[in-house]
Amino acid sequence: MSASQRTAARRLVIQRLGYAGLALAALLTVAPIAVIVGIMVWHGAPAISVEFLTAMPRDGLRAGGIFPAIVGTFWLTIGTAIVAVPLGVGAAIYLAEYAADSRWTRAIRVAIINLAGIPSVVYGLFGLGLFVLFLQLGTSIIAGSLTLAIMTLPVIISTAEEALRAVPSSFRVVSISLGGTRWQTVWRIVLPQALPGILTGVILGLERAAGETAPILFTAAALFLPRLPSSIFDPTMALPYHLFVIATQIPGMPVQIQYGTALVLLSFVLGMNLIATLIRSRARARRQW
Amino acid sequence: MTSHQVGRASPGQVNGEPKIRIEDLVVSYSDGTESLRGVNLAIPPCAITVLFGPAGGGKSTLLRTINRLNDLADVETLSGHVWLDGADVLDRRTDTIALRRKVGMVFARPVVLPMSIRQNVFYGLELAGERRQEALQEAVERSLRAAALWDEVCDRLDEPAVALSGGQQQRLCLARVLALEPEVILLDEPTSGLDPISTGRVEDTLQDLKARYTLVLVPHSVQQAARVADHAAFLLGGEVVEFAPGRQVFTRPRDRRTEEYVTGRFG
Amino acid sequence: MRNSRVGEVIVAQLIRVAGYSAIVFVALILFFLIREGGPALLEVPVRNLLGVRWYPIEGYFGLLPLLGGTLVVTLGATAIAAPLGVLTAVYIAEVAPRWAREVLKPVIELLAGIPSVALGFVGILVFVPFVRTTFGLPTGLSAFTGAILLGLIAIPTIVSVAEDAIDAVPRTYRDAALALGATDWQAIWRVTVPAARTGIMTAVMLGVGRAIGETMAVMMVTGNAPVMPSGLLALFHPVRTMTATIAAEMGEVANGSTHYHTLFLIGMVLFLITLAVNLVAAGIVFRQRKRAERILS
Repeated sequence: MSASQRTAARRLVIQRLGYAGLALAALLTVAPIAVIVGIMVWHGAPAISVEFLTAMPRDGLRAGGIFPAIVGTFWLTIGTAIVAVPLGVGAAIYLAEYAADSRWTRAIRVAIINLAGIPSVVYGLFGLGLFVLFLQLGTSIIAGSLTLAIMTLPVIISTAEEALRAVPSSFRVVSISLGGTRWQTVWRIVLPQALPGILTGVILGLERAAGETAPILFTAAALFLPRLPSSIFDPTMALPYHLFVIATQIPGMPVQIQYGTALVLLSFVLGMNLIATLIRSRARARRQW
Repeated sequence: MTSHQVGRASPGQVNGEPKIRIEDLVVSYSDGTESLRGVNLAIPPCAITVLFGPAGGGKSTLLRTINRLNDLADVETLSGHVWLDGADVLDRRTDTIALRRKVGMVFARPVVLPMSIRQNVFYGLELAGERRQEALQEAVERSLRAAALWDEVCDRLDEPAVALSGGQQQRLCLARVLALEPEVILLDEPTSGLDPISTGRVEDTLQDLKARYTLVLVPHSVQQAARVADHAAFLLGGEVVEFAPGRQVFTRPRDRRTEEYVTGRFG
Repeated sequence: MRNSRVGEVIVAQLIRVAGYSAIVFVALILFFLIREGGPALLEVPVRNLLGVRWYPIEGYFGLLPLLGGTLVVTLGATAIAAPLGVLTAVYIAEVAPRWAREVLKPVIELLAGIPSVALGFVGILVFVPFVRTTFGLPTGLSAFTGAILLGLIAIPTIVSVAEDAIDAVPRTYRDAALALGATDWQAIWRVTVPAARTGIMTAVMLGVGRAIGETMAVMMVTGNAPVMPSGLLALFHPVRTMTATIAAEMGEVANGSTHYHTLFLIGMVLFLITLAVNLVAAGIVFRQRKRAERILS
């Protein structure tokens, strides 16, 4: 074997080892996720029953169901969507379709980066300061939704903007050349084409909102309520906060209920994730450009 | 005839007013690319006027200035006048929406909108506020016939327009413009992506259309320019070198640069 | 006709308002943090704030143990997430066969979707006992346990941003290296990864930003002892991060009290730290893009 052949062989061995190392790193990254999800499903599934999903909690949360928490998370998510979707998509349209590249648009971008980086608990503080205390909305669904909406905004804006920019600019030029106004062009051509991408971003943003605890800690969440909230000015129970409470604050809490709650929360959030993925892959298959 | 000169040129044998009169048009972009440096041109009605010359001469810019589509570009300076039926297109008060309905445009690459053939045709009319179904349907047939596409697509109007071949797509783009009943149609290398047969069809269609419309065409080759031009302007470096009836430009050019370009010695 | 033009202007104005709302919200957040947190600077002497004791009931508002807690947990998380995340990104972008990529990407996205409170919960039941028995500690509620969870939380960000950066390296770079006789392995580490290094740095920065701001999972598994961490062993002791302090105590303080103001002050500090981290990360991206534009034009 010549020297150069030996080097080549050694290099190949190094490469094989290196690739194996990389694969190992990827495995180390993925394995804990599989374990975590597996544990939650394994221990949580036996807890799931019709009663668990539809009954009120009993015995100081140690028995019964988690219905009010599910309802609360549902309403908080809807409330977040009502505020964040028009605002976020509007902002994305402004950045992608209307704004020229000026100092002000750069300032908007910096602001969005900034919003995206603010810790969720700081959003909680802000919501407490502005909505709960200053605007005197109290600990309520509306205060929590507004807080979550502002937190969700950067996710929606950046994904929606990306979806809008992916629409070929030739469509816009053609529409304008046929006597279309800017808004007609956006409304009839660009938005419909970008819709799947926008929807994906919206759902991913709401998914994050639905799973967050810290922002609603002082703005919306209640430990236990004997009945469902009757208006948006009532406090509410919520799945993530409920899980936090029964995992850390209640002595003698049956593990099964904890796992069951975790699994319901996980399903709620990952179900949204799945929908987003489906929308994205369907749209990709259908796209005409 | 002898009035054909560099600078202030107008085609001699046109009777009456030109449809479009361009005066001292100067356009430059902020990134310093292709621009116009004082263009004067009088485009006659109901004829095919060809703007030809090497790349970077300002043909597309000139075309896009006529319907103010250049507003979308990064224009640094813009001066001069583009008179259309006596009104200055470049005036700030010009209603660009109405202008673009009156001055249609067909692009180099056929861009069909992501909708059905039918919807593509009446898209412009819908934007203009036309809601009556009969009017829309009537426009579909009329425009597709005028663009010589009707026979090929009349039984599948509701299929997606992207399913059409390149040549069909380009004629659909033409039909889409015709649906608005414009007065001027600007064509920016409309056959550059097409095979010879499709190109021939589009050129034939243009010959039919010139009875009713003022056509301004940037051809994709000198040969095409020679085939279709009633009038031809040779643009070089943002200036009009020569403007005359097509036959004259392509057989007896006055300017040496025109002659060299037409005979293929540069470009 | 006239009406639709008026509508056009109204719509344009509404959209512009939405566009500028991001700036308004940042300003509002800053304003309320200063409004509620500022008084703490007047009520609590600076020496107290810079002390090593956080014991609000007795008037000790030393922020250092909390800063230290955040620092220890974040460093630990970065030490776990940065190498794993970057290597995984390299694997996905350059080495992985198609099927592996199609398994890895959705699973990592899945991780990004798991609520941190659920991770914290599993952390309590699984990781905490595991850490306690493995290292023979009196309690598994420690900075180390928090770092593991935070690492998991930071990984999806690091992987996706780093993978994008590696993907963005032009194929021709690598092909050129291969043409010069490099192996695939050498091309990856001597050409592709160095060319993507600014993007990879951004990825790590963003991951760090996520870790600093994370609240629930850390609060649930770090033991919540506001003790000044010292030395390497601090990793295996209970700690208390800034985020956890706010989350744990805000519910029990009287509005307008010194304690309340101080918690907002901590929020302000967190805001400024994450702002700095994210702006630096974004700055790297902007600069890189400008350079790319220069090369292209």
